[in-house]
Parts: sequence; C-alpha cells; structure tokens
Amino acid sequence: MSKLQSPVLVPTRSRRHWGSRILKALCWVAGGLTFGILALIVIYILVRGVPYLTPSLFAWTYTSDNVSMTHAIINTLTMTALSLLFSVPVGVGGGIYLAEYAKPGSKLVKVIRVTAETLAGIPSIIYGLFGMLAFVVTMKMSNSLLAGALTLAIMTLPLILRQTEESLLSVPLSYREGSFGLGAGKLRTTVRIVLPVATPGILAAVILSIGRIAGETAALIYTSGTVARVASNLFASGRTLAVHLFQLQQEGMHINEAFAVAVVLLVIVVLMNALSAWIAGKLTKKG
Amino acid sequence: MRGLFLASACVCVLAVGVICAFLFVNGLPFFAKYNPVDFLTGTQWAPLRGIFGILPMIVGSFYVTVLAVAIGAPIGILTAILMARFAPKPVVKVLKPAVALLAGIPSVVYGFFGVMLLVPFSRELFGGSGKSALVASVLLSIMILPTIIQTAEAAINAVPNSYYEGSLALGATHESSVFRAVVPAARPGILSGVVLGLGRAIGETTAIIMVAGNNPRMPQGLLKGLRTLTVNVLMEMGYAADLHRESLIATGVVLFIIVMSINFLFSFINRRRVLQ
Repeated sequence: MSKLQSPVLVPTRSRRHWGSRILKALCWVAGGLTFGILALIVIYILVRGVPYLTPSLFAWTYTSDNVSMTHAIINTLTMTALSLLFSVPVGVGGGIYLAEYAKPGSKLVKVIRVTAETLAGIPSIIYGLFGMLAFVVTMKMSNSLLAGALTLAIMTLPLILRQTEESLLSVPLSYREGSFGLGAGKLRTTVRIVLPVATPGILAAVILSIGRIAGETAALIYTSGTVARVASNLFASGRTLAVHLFQLQQEGMHINEAFAVAVVLLVIVVLMNALSAWIAGKLTKKG
Repeated sequence: MRGLFLASACVCVLAVGVICAFLFVNGLPFFAKYNPVDFLTGTQWAPLRGIFGILPMIVGSFYVTVLAVAIGAPIGILTAILMARFAPKPVVKVLKPAVALLAGIPSVVYGFFGVMLLVPFSRELFGGSGKSALVASVLLSIMILPTIIQTAEAAINAVPNSYYEGSLALGATHESSVFRAVVPAARPGILSGVVLGLGRAIGETTAIIMVAGNNPRMPQGLLKGLRTLTVNVLMEMGYAADLHRESLIATGVVLFIIVMSINFLFSFINRRRVLQ
C-alpha cells in the first residue's frame, strides 16, 4: 500500500489529531509488548531448561531418579502418528467432498460447516471428558494410547477439514477444465490433478495439528492416562511429553527436569511452526 | 468414492452429535438426584458432605475470562492495527511469526511459565501465595493474544483500500484515516476476534490449574485464589466416584453449554458481518 501524502492545506480541525498520534504510539507499545512477552517466555524457558538437558534425561528406562523423558517422547510420536492416521483421511476426504462434490450453499454443506466450527470451538477438557466417557468407559478401552489418539483425532479434524477445503478451492478452475478436456473423469481429476496442487496447504494444516497433539494435556489425562512408561501396545496407557511436564510440575519434585521438558516441547512447536510457514510460503509463491 | 468423501464430511456432524449425546446422557441423571437450582446457585462445594454448588466456579470462570479479555483485547487489537497499517515490512516480518509462535506454545508450557515466573513475582510484589485470579487472568490474556491479533488483523486487511484513500482525499492524516475510517469499518471482524478469544479463555484448563490456586469458594478479589469450571473437572475427576463423579460430568455439561453459547454469539456476529 502506498502512503499518499495528505494535501498541504489541511483544515485546522483535522490537523492536530493528537488522539490518533497517541493511539499510533500505543500501537507500537502493544506490538512491543506482544513481542516482548514471547521473548520473555522463550528466553526464560531456554535459560532455565537448557542446562538440564543431560544425557540421563534421555536414558532408555524411566526411574523416579533420572526422570527420563524418552518414554514420553516415544509416546508423543506414536500418539501423533496414530491420531493423524484417523484424522487425516477423514479430514482430507471431507474437505474434498466440500470443495469438489458438494453443491455450494446446500443444506448439508451448511450443517457440516457449522458442526466443524462447533468442533473447533469445544475446549480440550470437554474432549477429555467425552473421550473418557465414550472410549475409556463405554467402549472399555481403559486408559490407553488408542483412546487418547481417537479423542485427539476428533479434536484436530476440523482444522484439517477446513484447510483441505480452502486449499482445494484455491486451485484454479482451469486445472480441472484442462483435465476434463483431456477426457479424465471427476475422481481422476480430483485425485491426480487438484489434490497434488493443494498438498502444501493440507500439509501445513497437518503439521499444525502435530503441534497441537504434541502440546495437548487436558484431553489426554483421562484418556491415554499418565503412566510413565512406553505404551507397549495400543491398549496400554502412556503419558506424552506435555502430560509428562504437567505431572512433573504437579509432583513438584523435579522442577529442573520439568524445565528441560518444556524446552523440548518449545523446540517441537517452533520446528512445526517454521515447517508449516515454510510450506505455506512455498504455496503462495507458486500461486 | 463420492459416497466415501461424503461420509468423511459427515463425520463432523456425527462427532458433534456423539459428543452431545455422551455428555448429556452421562450428565443429566445427576439432576434427577440433585436439585439443578441448588447445583447452579449453590455457593458451597463440599463433595465429601454431598454439597455440590458450582456458582463459585461459574463466577470464577467468568471472572478470569472477562479480566483476561479486558487486558488482552486492547493489546491484541492495537498490535493488529500496527501490523496491518503502521509497521514497516521488516517489523511485520518479525511480528507475524512471533504471533504464530505464541499461538503454538502449548498451554502446559504457558502454565509452567506462569507458575515458575509470574506466581513468585506476584508473591514478591503483593504477598500471599501468589496463586491468584490476577496471575491467572494475566496468563490467559497472553494466551488469547494470538487469537485476537490474527482475527483482527485479517478483518482490518479486508477493509477496502478505498476507505483509507477516501479519508486521505478528504484531508485526514494517515493516522486518523486508519483510526477513523479503516478500524471502524473492521469493527465487526475485530469484535468476533474478541469473542473467539473469550471462548478460548473460558475453556482453558491446564494453564489455569497451575496458577489459580483452585480454592472452591466464591472469588474474593484479585489477589486471592479461585477455581474455574474447567479446573473443577480436571482436578477431581481422577478420584471422584458416584454422585461426585456425576456432578463433575454435570459441571462439564454446564461448561459445554456456556462455550456453545459464546460460539453461537461468534457466528451470529460473523453472519451479521457477511450481511453488511
């Protein structure tokens, strides 16, 4: 946006807009505050946590002495993979339906949109409560990796669904027309032509979901549980990194180690954000 | 394949239905055994004596949420205006990822930061235990900042440039054009960002449980501890049984209804914006 110069002859009334000047200064203060808060959080966690990232914290077996976080890292990885295994196919499939097949403005589409929005607004503690009632109690999975992963899959579904739809809609119509013109069917066009172009956008959403899964606590405590070991199978309980940090803080015995866990969590989130932004940036450059 | 895609899209509808069903089926029987009026307006929470009044938690939830929005909304909106209209490109290039990072930090890390830094700070400054409504609100206001900033920035950027240019042409300065023409036009979008932040704040659990003190009594001021609805569920679900357990699920139902009402408000504002 080019900044146009205001004319020289300004009416007296608007020449002195001290109010606006002050508001502008306040904008800079607010921006500085926002950035300062982030810097404070990141630096504080790094300074207190990095010195405690010792090899014993990554020991294979967890004891109450070494408070190793290896089990939590492995559980986080399996939890993420398992949860995405459910949410990505459903989310991408649903997004394809909304963008490529549904009649725009139909009642069903409206209902799907509203429910996706509703899902996105439900707090994680409600997801935890639901997961406990549905998967742990009713379906008798007990506290398990599977119960946690299913809960998180529903939680991340709206994000993937919406982003898939948006990415597909941003693919130019001419791609589809060209494909149809060459004799391809609807499904072939969607899967072979449109979907690959939209992949970076979908990937960005998946990566953001990974960040959310890795950082989730309230939805997991009563679904996948808080047992401090590697979940040996889908029906075993195991805590993820975020739950591990929560438990360490609540127990209050190993605060330094908890800072180290917070560092690892922070690094994961920064990595995921950077990756997602990089992919999204590639997408906009292409388009 | 079309059917399969349709089925996946309908999973959302199914999920909302199932979540509602499980919450209500498990939560409503409680009201057959315990008077809903006493539940909602009782000021005493003493599960061991069979007294379940969640008014302190309802008030507590709104207390910290309103305070968090009061602190977070001005900072967030002003930052959004800065990013959309005033800041030079290099500054925006730093601020944008910073806001995204704030959005990505898990609530457990926020809580940990709060309990390790803000709580001792408040203890030094104001005395007491440091775990208080004030610290919880401040922490929450930080957590809802990115939601407000991102929504408000998008709303400001969506205002047609002709508004700004028209104002300049009438002789207004850059600053007053932004504040008097552009920002008012973006008001509904900004408001929906604030409501979205409100919804986030009222549903937050992990961060609050670490810093709010969690005393199940009516909030007694900024520097005293309080308990929110979310914390009530997370704290006691682990060992609750029978009626106590059902009362916690009912607490979840109340929270669910409150959050849904806020979301409804959000989509109502959004719809009005589209109509405009």
